[in-house]
This record gives sequence, C-alpha cells and structure tokens, in this order.
Amino acid sequence: MATKVVMAQLSPTMEEGKLVEWKVKEGDRVEAGDLLAEVETDKANMDIEALNGGVVRALLASEGDLVEVGALIGVIAEPDEDISALLATVPARSSAPAASGEPAPEQPAPAPVPAAEPSPASVPVPAVEPVIAAPATIDAAPRTSGRIKVSPVARRMAESAGLDLSAVPGSGPGGRVIKVDVEAAIAAGGTPARAPASASARPSMVPAGAPRLEEQRIELSQMRKAIAKRLVQSIGPVPHFFLTTEIDMGPVLDLRKALNHRLSEGKVGVNDLLIKVAAEALARHPEINASFEGDAIRRHGSVDIGIAVAVPDGLITPVLRDADRKGLLQISAEAADLVERGRNRRLTPEEYQGATFSISNLGMFGIDEFTAIINPPEGAILAVGQTVEKPVVEDGAVVVRRRMRVTMSCDHRVIDGAMGAAFLQTFRAMLENPLELVS
Amino acid sequence: MADTYDVVVIGAGPGGYVCAIRAGQLGLRVACVESNSYEGGFGGTCLNWGCIPAKALLESAALAQNLKAHGEELGVRPIDVEYDMNAAVERSRFISEKLTGGIQYLFKKNKVDQFVGFGRIAGPGKVEVKPEDGEPIVLDAKNIVIATGSVMKSFPGFEIDGSKVIGSREALALRNPPSSMVVVGAGYVGVEFADVFNAFGVDVTVVEALDSLVPLADSEIGKTLARSFKKRGIDIRTGTKVKSLDRDASPMRLTVESSKGEETIDTDVVLMAVGRAPFTEGLGLDAAGVGMDGPWVKVNEWCETSVPGIYAVGDVAGEPMLAHKGSHEGIVAAERIAGVAHHPMRYDNIPSVGYCHPEIASIGLTEDEAKAAGHEIKVGKYPLTAHGRALTAAHNEGFVKIVADARYGEVLGVHMIGYNVSELIGEAGLARALESTVEEIAAHAHAHPSMAEAVMEAAFAAMDRPIHM
Repeated sequence: MATKVVMAQLSPTMEEGKLVEWKVKEGDRVEAGDLLAEVETDKANMDIEALNGGVVRALLASEGDLVEVGALIGVIAEPDEDISALLATVPARSSAPAASGEPAPEQPAPAPVPAAEPSPASVPVPAVEPVIAAPATIDAAPRTSGRIKVSPVARRMAESAGLDLSAVPGSGPGGRVIKVDVEAAIAAGGTPARAPASASARPSMVPAGAPRLEEQRIELSQMRKAIAKRLVQSIGPVPHFFLTTEIDMGPVLDLRKALNHRLSEGKVGVNDLLIKVAAEALARHPEINASFEGDAIRRHGSVDIGIAVAVPDGLITPVLRDADRKGLLQISAEAADLVERGRNRRLTPEEYQGATFSISNLGMFGIDEFTAIINPPEGAILAVGQTVEKPVVEDGAVVVRRRMRVTMSCDHRVIDGAMGAAFLQTFRAMLENPLELVS
Repeated sequence: MADTYDVVVIGAGPGGYVCAIRAGQLGLRVACVESNSYEGGFGGTCLNWGCIPAKALLESAALAQNLKAHGEELGVRPIDVEYDMNAAVERSRFISEKLTGGIQYLFKKNKVDQFVGFGRIAGPGKVEVKPEDGEPIVLDAKNIVIATGSVMKSFPGFEIDGSKVIGSREALALRNPPSSMVVVGAGYVGVEFADVFNAFGVDVTVVEALDSLVPLADSEIGKTLARSFKKRGIDIRTGTKVKSLDRDASPMRLTVESSKGEETIDTDVVLMAVGRAPFTEGLGLDAAGVGMDGPWVKVNEWCETSVPGIYAVGDVAGEPMLAHKGSHEGIVAAERIAGVAHHPMRYDNIPSVGYCHPEIASIGLTEDEAKAAGHEIKVGKYPLTAHGRALTAAHNEGFVKIVADARYGEVLGVHMIGYNVSELIGEAGLARALESTVEEIAAHAHAHPSMAEAVMEAAFAAMDRPIHM
C-alpha cells in the first residue's frame, strides 16, 4: 500500500512550510517513525516522520521549497508498486514556488478530483496517510468517513485541547485513536477542531438535477484588495460587520402549524424553515454565498448551510448540503439527523466542514438578539433570536405580532453593507410572506 | 532430528503451555519440553502446586469460616462441624490433576509435540532435552521460548526442609494440620495460607518485615485485611523480622525482632512465603548470550530477549510473577513468532488478586504511585459497609477505590478488598485497557444487586456524586 507523504500541519496556524532538508533520498528503505524531512514552519523547525514503512519512491519537493500544507511531497511504497496514478493526479500541488505563498488556484483537474480527499487544513499531523494503490484513486484516506474510533480518555483530552480528532492518526487496535496519539498530536502543535475546509475540498454530494448556481472566481479589483487589507488591519483576520432586522414570524409560523397538522410524523421545526428560507435567499443572492480567498472571492456552486449545535463544552456545525435544492421535509429530516449526531459526536469531518453559510439560533435560550462570529472561510453567519409576542404599530394601530430578530455577521472583504441588507430583505420577505418561497 | 521446529517452548506452565497452544493454532510446528520438577509438571506451578490447588483449599476454608462465623447469623446452625484437611487436600489434588490432564488434550488438539525431560539451550537453534533416565535428544528450533518459571525462595537459617520449615508446595499437601504455624511473609501467598490454616483451626501467626499486610497493595487494603484477620484470631506481626529458628526445640522456637525488641514465638511449623526466584539454572542462557535483568531474563514488550529467536515468558521473564501475566506473554510471544502480533504486553495493566477472605484485587497505580508519577488525582472510594449485595452475603467489610486522573477522569488504578472482588477486577482491567474514564463506568447500568455495583459507585464517587453514600 502506497503512503502519501504530505506537508503536515505542524502548528495550528501553519499554512505552508519550508522544506529545509530531506533526511532520506529516493530508493531508501524507511521504517515507521523514521525521520523523513525537516520543515520550517511559522513557529519552529520540525520533523516529518514516516507513518508506514516502505521504500521512498518519490521526493516531490526540493529543499528550500515553500510548500502548502497538505501538498504531496513524497511517496513511500513497495519497490515494485505502481505509483504513477498517485503522481499523475497531484503535480500542481507538489511544490509551490517560494514566491507564491497563497493557496494554488483551483485548476481543472486532469483526473477525477478525489471527492473525499481531505482539505489542506485538515491534513493529519504525522504527514502521511495511507492510500490504496489502485490506479487513478488517491482518495482512500481511511478515516475521512465513518465514525472516529477513539478511546474515551483520548476523546476528552482532544476536546479539552481543542484538537480535531479526525486529524489524529490512531495507533490503537484498528486505527483507534488512543491517549498517546492525542498526546503526540498536542505535542506536535495539533490541528484545531473545526478547521475550516476550503470550498474546493468539500465532498460533492450533489443530488440529481442540474445545479442552479455556477461556481465562479472573481478576481479582486485593486479597490477590493485595498478594502480587504485595510479592514483586516482594523479588526483582525475576518473583518465583521453586523446587520440586524426584525421579522414578523406570524405568517410562517401559521404555515408551519398547518403543515405539521397534516404530517403524521417528522414535524417541521422553526429552524428547518429558517434553513430553507436562508438557502433560497442565498440562491437568489450568490454574492452572500461566498468566501474570501486572498486574491479572489469564491462564489460557491452550492448552498451548504452550517447549523450551529451546542454540545457540552463547545459547538459543532453540521452541514446541510444543497439546502436550496431540497424540500422542507427533506431538510427537516436531514437536519434532525445531523443535529442529533452532532450532539453525540458522531459526525464525520465532511459532515461538519465546508459550509458556505451558517445559522446559529439561540432563541431557545431566551436570547432576543446577538451577534455570531463567522466561521471562516464562510462569508456570513446568521444569528437568530427568540420569537416573542410584542406590540407593533401597523397602519397607525398597535397590534400584537410574533417577532424575531436576526443579525447577520458579514465578512466585509466579501460582502458590503448594501449587499447584506438586500439579502436580509429577501430573507425577511420570504418569512413574512411564505408564498415568496414558491414564487 | 531431521526436521526443525518453528518453536520449542521450554516449560509447560501457564506461560509455556499457553504459548505452545497458541503457536500450534497459528500453524507453527511446535514442541513443548517439561521436566516434571518438584513444583511443576505439565501445568507448571500454577496448576500443580500454586494457584489452582490453593484456590481449592481456600474454598474449603471459606466454607469452614462461613459456617463458623456466619452460620447462626444466616439461619444455618451447624451441628458438630468437623474439619477434614485431608479431604480438602484430596479434593484440591483431584482438581489439579483434572486440569493438568486437560493440557495433554489441548496439546494433542493443537498438534503440540510433548517432550518430558530437562530442556536447555544447547547452541543456536538447538534445545537439548534430557529425560530423567535416558539419553538426551536435541531438537532443532527456529525459535526458542524460555518458560521455566520460578521456585520457592527462603532465607539462610530458614531453609525449607519440607516438614518443619515448609514452602507453598508442602503447605498444599499438608493433610494433617499442625496446631500452630508461623507464616513468614504477608504477600498474597502468605495471607492466603494464613486464611486457609486459620479456618482449619490452626493457631496462625503472620510475620511481615514491612509495616502492613500485602505491603505492595494500596495501604488501606492492608489495614482492612489486618482488621479482619485479627477478628478471626490471626496474630499479625508487621514491622517484624525473623531472626533465627531453633528447629530442634519442640515446639520450634522462632526469634523475631521488631521496634519492641526481640521476642520468641513457639510454633510447630514455619511456612516461608517470602516470594519466588526465577528459575534460570542450567538452561544455557549464559552461553547463548541471553541478557539478564537481575535474576530475570530481560525481555521487551514482545517477550523478545537480547538474542534474536529466543523469547522468554512468565516468571522467568520478570515481575509481576503471576500466572495470567505469563499466559498473556505466551500468547504475545507465539503471535510475534508467527508474525501476527498486534498487542504488545502492557505491563502496567496486569491485575493482582489475593484470594484470602476478604479477597483483594488491584490493578494500575495506587494513590501514592499515581501522585509520584505526577498525576493530579481524584479518588472515588465506596465502602461496602452498606452495600446491598455485600450485606446479603454477610461480608460487608472492605471497599472499592478508583484512582482517577483529575482532569480527564482516566482510570489510573482500581483497588479493592471485599467479598468476591477477584471477579470485579476484570471490569477494571477492561476499563483501563479501553482507556475508559470513570464516566463510562458510571454510565453503565450494573446489575442489581451485585458486587459490581460497588465499582460503579466508586466511579460515581470519583465524580463527587455517589448515589448510595
């Protein structure tokens, strides 16, 4: 079985590493744990070790190269194993020139893009992940699907350290992550939990039917670049701004009541409605369904809504894929499943990474309104407060209405005030007049 | 011999015979050599003159003690109870023979060739087998497993003579109990024999040089056991060293020394329970270049010695000198030889059990060891005083104690003394093997009423929310 040697994320903030020195040469036989290379990170010089034994078949980066985290830098395999497929699929990422530190632009893939390949930011800490040497597939990283096998002690340590368990290779029986693995990962700098996945690495779980949206890459104008730079200087990596509006929830709550009355099981919740409406509004405002990528803004080709779920000592954001193309009942069923498994820590990484927009609802905690922090690289997050009966003035008369306040946090590098306001207008109009949903 | 064995195991005790069976299961061509020594034979000390016959006698002792101490209380008024040590020993021998006979069957089933004789390494890949009467033969072995066990130990002046000064081997065949006995050494073996002979009406004194009974266990265990033993009339002399023995006097006169000065104890029999020494003599280890660790053969966690192709398991391969540790090593060594080994030995997770009454069981770190290892700990202790199952059994002395890591709740050690706790240590060991925290133990609904509930309660206690306290 061939093993990819990738630039490991050796510190939580590391995005690229400088290959200082190869400690092996092509043709060398290595054992698991042998030192392969020395890497200079943003923090310190660190070692990359072999996870599996074999022969060093290819070294794909040169000493001195600046290499993006997750990029393939070498292959360890049996001497007679065919690794051509592995080499062929990844040439563009193998050695980024020192001058361009930014993530490589997305290119039309020469071979089928591996659907489940981990995103650069979620690459496991020891720099190697086993792959199966079947031609033209390099996507068999073993722990990107299914539950993570982990001991209770290891799980608690990882939670306490904020470590993403999916990025920790397990040395226990059957790849179970045990205490020593977590200790090693923490010592190595660790990969923070909920590492943002880049849009391109999201698994494509596209249902049948033609997509409504088209993925686009819009080059930054000089003005846009200046705005981005200035705002970051002002407020930190993601310059937030906030838009609040109050929505009359009466019509949509009545609709929900009528709908649930008809349903024998699987009641639709308010959140399900909000997901559905937000998804529809995002489809109509693709400029909100977007991410900042340094030298470009990516408008995503699908609407994938992250649902913030509180868990005992943190939160997790399972992702409801293609929400704009799903019916309310399907959203309701999927969301219930995702939330339930999120609470029980039973989500696979691709189920909680790579949302394009998130919703956080604290209404059930009696919160009237709040601001949420954007989960990069998403462009915005919607914070939902509780629905309360309150007096409002309509046509000069005071009436009681069920009102809900929402606040959208926007990444100002991607979204400007008026853009965000327009989106919220659509969002609000659809809730206040649910017929909008079908118009 | 013309053909070569993949494995030749020297010794058919719980380390060696298990190793041979496992090797056979894995399709290896395997031979097992057994010398039928004084303390051994097929099944080793464990089945012949150790764990198994001792437990059989302890069962007789428990019944005797129960009738004596709790019969009336439980509504069973014993009339004219007679203790028949001879019958108890007979029974223990019968059980021992039944089990050792089973090994022959298992060897046959797993195609293990048996050789009776003294085995020794006679050069690289050669094992010489010398029968008691007859010419030695030489077996060719790709791999050799040393599983020669251990022998009883004693002190100068206290040499085991088999009648006045005895060891565990003789104690297990003592069909006519003496009227008095001094047990030297209060480790697990010592306290077990003190229990047996006290139950059979012998006037028992236990002499231990260290400050408590079972001094290597959690310190509260020793205290609880001493309290229980004293109630039964066992004379406990901790912090006391044996100095000399006058074997010619009748009864014999034993001189001991403690902080109170020198004293003498008159006794019919002295039972030496001061530990065991690994058996390495005449095995050819030196010539083979096998590295040692003190008196033991040095092994790594795969039971490999310093010489490739030579393995060692069981008492000869280091402490703890316990049958289950040896058997487990036997499996690890066989799988390592066959190239299918996945689980190395975890020497930090071997349970130890004393089958005295109340029973003692522990695994992992004690409180003191955990602190010394730098852990911030949280101790959950659940006394059995008001425990339902313990009360119904009329054995509500003792406790279950969990030493947990304060931060993550990892189970660092479990220590218990009480009714049937030998059967509870498996849960504790599994919890540790799976890296469980006290939460997983507490979250599992334990059967009611059972002693196992005490483990759950201790887990709750370690989280500061015991239910029945």
